[in-house]
Amino acid sequence: MSKNHRLRALFAILAAAALAVGIAACGGDNDNESGTTESAGLIQKNPDNSGVQVTVGSKNFTEEYILGQIYAQGLEAAGYDVSTKLNLGSETIALKALKDGEISGYPEYTSTALGSFFQVPADEIPSDAQEAYTQVKAELEKEGLTAFPPTPFADSNAVGTLTTTAQKNGLTTISDLKGKSQDMVLAGSPECRERIDCLAGLEKNYGLQFKKFTPVDIGLRYTVLDKGDAQLSIVFTSDAQLANSKKYTVLEDDKGLIPAGNVIFITSKKVADEAGPDFAKVIGQVQQNLTLPVIRELNARVDIDKEEPAKVAHDYLKSSGLIQ
Amino acid sequence: MTLPLAIFSSFTGAFDFILHPREAVTGGGVQVGGPEYVWHFARTQLEVTVIALALSLAIALPIGLVLGHLGKGEVLAVGFGNAGRAVPEIVVILLLAAVIGIGLRNVAIALMILGLPPILTNTYVALRQVDPTAVDAARGTGMNGAQVITRVELPLAAPTIMSGVRTSAINIFATATIASFVGLSTLGDLVTGRNVYGDDGVVAGAIVIALLAMAIELALAGVQRLVTPRGLKLQRMRQGA
Repeated sequence: MSKNHRLRALFAILAAAALAVGIAACGGDNDNESGTTESAGLIQKNPDNSGVQVTVGSKNFTEEYILGQIYAQGLEAAGYDVSTKLNLGSETIALKALKDGEISGYPEYTSTALGSFFQVPADEIPSDAQEAYTQVKAELEKEGLTAFPPTPFADSNAVGTLTTTAQKNGLTTISDLKGKSQDMVLAGSPECRERIDCLAGLEKNYGLQFKKFTPVDIGLRYTVLDKGDAQLSIVFTSDAQLANSKKYTVLEDDKGLIPAGNVIFITSKKVADEAGPDFAKVIGQVQQNLTLPVIRELNARVDIDKEEPAKVAHDYLKSSGLIQ
Repeated sequence: MTLPLAIFSSFTGAFDFILHPREAVTGGGVQVGGPEYVWHFARTQLEVTVIALALSLAIALPIGLVLGHLGKGEVLAVGFGNAGRAVPEIVVILLLAAVIGIGLRNVAIALMILGLPPILTNTYVALRQVDPTAVDAARGTGMNGAQVITRVELPLAAPTIMSGVRTSAINIFATATIASFVGLSTLGDLVTGRNVYGDDGVVAGAIVIALLAMAIELALAGVQRLVTPRGLKLQRMRQGA
């Protein structure tokens, strides 16, 4: 019942998005810079691409599995010879696999790439997606790698709370916590304590004091709110739990403390050159409709409804009119 | 050639982390490391270890003594004990997090469960191994059951019981590292926080855990010597000679 409801909502969103995109869309390739419009429309199968081997990788959690499937199935539709390695563990492992040529590319978050690969301190990572992308791309180029433009959605850290708590205390932004946070417990991953884009930044940049900081496994980030162990919890903006739910509220980061977590497809220059122009084009096309409500919905179908990422990705591409 | 060198350099970095504060890898002027900083995590881990071990003793010791004295319930004392060791602690902790929430209570109970089997099994076995002639002699002098346990069986069984306590204490202390995932800031914060503390912080956390575990082991070995009756020591010396 609720599943059907959610499905219908998803299709409605996607249909609307597809329509809007059909009217004024731009592909992820160079065309959008020259200002020409182009339908998100069906991915065209190009015979030139057959025989070009492409291995799409991903890290080992729900959102990455879904994204990996979306890229892989999109590229397959364009005629590439696609295989997948969708269980690579951490970003360090994924990057090594890319450098070793085990995979042709994989989806990574701008904030993770800058912080983990290039040791950019968290307070210097832009919270603007385009800025972060430009910076990552410049760094990647030095290592013979490259990245395509970011997704519309950002999977960033955020301060989450129960909607009832938010209403009772009149909270919509993080700044609203001023004068109230000293009576609230904040839960986050152990390392949140010292991160300038987490507890340390909330204290320093927002001038907030909390009753207590409680370290928890990220798997418990909603449990602590549900059980009342914490009134505030560090969540991720694209979480399945936030799909069509009024139960939780995410406080707006009104001071731009938290870095941009948009997804970029990272690949090597060699792979990009050999794969030809369709490669970048398809990646731009499949990302076009990936807004926050859409990715939350896709995550929910896998995390909560236990559907297969491959099927969820297929449905997304189909309802976006990218494949038949 | 390079491997020993790499180990050496990671150790010097780790000791530097323990001794001197520095800026977190994630920047922003946040200071981490230094003796007080590390001690704060270590103290939490030691505190929860003491609480959990006390709870384990309070439950497992009386049960083990009574069952061992009566010579009944071997299945419970030994079977349950061995089965208990096979349950992954992370499962117990996360399960308890869902049932009773997070924090000290959860961690203390979960670690208490971990501490039960070695104490229970060792206490039972220790009492069964007490020389039956000593027990007969005690009964012959008119001691009742409780007196036999406390004055004869317990002292004679003490060394074996203590070795169970040592095992429990080390298990509990080492496992308390994962309490960082359910609301207690133990040394696990350092071990799992590579993004913030860097490799130096991770290795520093591991070194402190290892050193404290050895300290606990040594301290309890000392206690074990103290509680071993002089008669048993003499007997062992004679057997050894």
